[in-house]
Amino acid sequence: MKFKLFLFAVPALALYGGFFLLPAVQGLRYATTDWDGYSATFTEVGAANLTEVVSADDLFRNALTNNLKFMLAVVVGQTALALLLAALLAVRTRASTFLRALFFLPTVLSSVSVAFIWKFVYDPNFGLANAVLDAIGLGSLKSAYLGDENTAILWVAVAQIWFHAGQMMIIYIAGINQIPQELYDAAQTDGAGRRQQFRHVTWPMVAPATTLVIAYTTLQSFKAFDLILGLAGNPPQSGLDVLATRIYTTFANSQLGYAAAESIVFMVAIALVTFLQNRAARMAHG
Amino acid sequence: MSRRLILAVYTLLISVPILVIVGSSLKTTKELFAAPFGLPPHPTLDNYATVLGEQDLLRVLGNSVLVVSVSVPVTLLLGSLVAFAVARLPKWPSAVLFGVFAIGLAVPAQAIMIPQYVQFERLGLRNSLTGLILVDVVVTLPVAVFILAGFMRTLPPELYEAAEIDGAGPWATFRRIAVPVSYPSLAATAIFLLVMHWNDLLYPLLFIDDPEKRTLPLALLDFQGEYLTDYPLLFTGVVVASLPMVLAYAFLQRHFVAGITAGAVKG
Repeated sequence: MKFKLFLFAVPALALYGGFFLLPAVQGLRYATTDWDGYSATFTEVGAANLTEVVSADDLFRNALTNNLKFMLAVVVGQTALALLLAALLAVRTRASTFLRALFFLPTVLSSVSVAFIWKFVYDPNFGLANAVLDAIGLGSLKSAYLGDENTAILWVAVAQIWFHAGQMMIIYIAGINQIPQELYDAAQTDGAGRRQQFRHVTWPMVAPATTLVIAYTTLQSFKAFDLILGLAGNPPQSGLDVLATRIYTTFANSQLGYAAAESIVFMVAIALVTFLQNRAARMAHG
Repeated sequence: MSRRLILAVYTLLISVPILVIVGSSLKTTKELFAAPFGLPPHPTLDNYATVLGEQDLLRVLGNSVLVVSVSVPVTLLLGSLVAFAVARLPKWPSAVLFGVFAIGLAVPAQAIMIPQYVQFERLGLRNSLTGLILVDVVVTLPVAVFILAGFMRTLPPELYEAAEIDGAGPWATFRRIAVPVSYPSLAATAIFLLVMHWNDLLYPLLFIDDPEKRTLPLALLDFQGEYLTDYPLLFTGVVVASLPMVLAYAFLQRHFVAGITAGAVKG
């Protein structure tokens, strides 16, 4: 019986072991070479790739900085927006059911599609953003958007939030619906208004959902790739280069060994961010 | 700000860009730039003709359909078999099996794509839809196992034991008890996989060189290079690539929401 159960897992284990775990281990091996990806020979370089990625690679550092900026903007913006929308739509009415469905809709689109939509929103000459600003008399706020190297990544963050806020809203709605109604009743009896109810009941009670939303959003934004390539083209300009696109570009430039080393650092960075976040969440929950 | 105002503003933020995209696909570039928010003055299907004919998007669409119609059922089958084993094995073997797949949750595709490229190239699986299907399956197996095992583990053991007492072997128990009972979880996982595989750009970009083997997201990305500012044409591509998913979402909304939310563990 037990042995037969193991057989159930064999096909999946074989494929997953062979095409996921095995390459993951091989990656460690490639990272210690200067292999270009197609030559028959290569040289062992030991830890030189890793050392360079971590300490002497300006392009990598630039991508990491962009990644962190993007992550911070998306985590803060998306979490706040998702909670706001969830709080407004938690009551189940016809209208709120429809709006939930609408706000979730962007999530089913492909990143490339979302990228094209936002490319047009941000087009400096014909784009929707500038057209709207002109129309409402705020023409002075017009900007170059993706054309401004310093803020470009933040405009991508806006697109990312548009893309996934609806998904996080659903997690928050589930969290809000688990709060016992008595807590709100009691707060109301004590004379708390809507805003105070949110602050003293909803916010502390959805803490588990907040932890989840922040964890998901962090991972999602750290792995940004498709959206960036769609908006910026391939390879992206330096203001929009993130770790995943950097690894891809290095690889496309026939520096396979070096790209493998970058992948390892990328992996460690994600693990580190996740670890710090778990610590922070545990501290916040007491 | 009042509740209504906030909701109204966000409704516009979501719906206006989408309506502009659909409207633009029926316009010429000149018409779009003259009045981006306006209805198409002379609706035309020329863009669709160009995209589906000259750009061969029909073939690309076929490739995407082919990929997901194999990759989704295969991942689902393999994943549910593992999930069943995780649910029925004793504590330690179950934890080890689950743990092996949990590793995959923590490793993003971007971190292993390069050695995978080398491996698939050597095996002659690069630049083929078979290779693309294979890589889609292995990369999403951990999430499928995670969602399905999470569900199957919560089912009461008596459910399985009753069948086993009646003399049913593991395969019969899997097929006649576990699968039917796990239907909601299987549906959610299927939708999650469908969206992931349909929309994936990373692996097609890495694996597919031959234009005839491209899937939708890759073909769309290539569009951008070709029609840098021909927005109506780009948007027609967006509509063609998105329509199948949006239609499916309209009919299977509950499963989409459940599936995509459950799959968020993978980011």
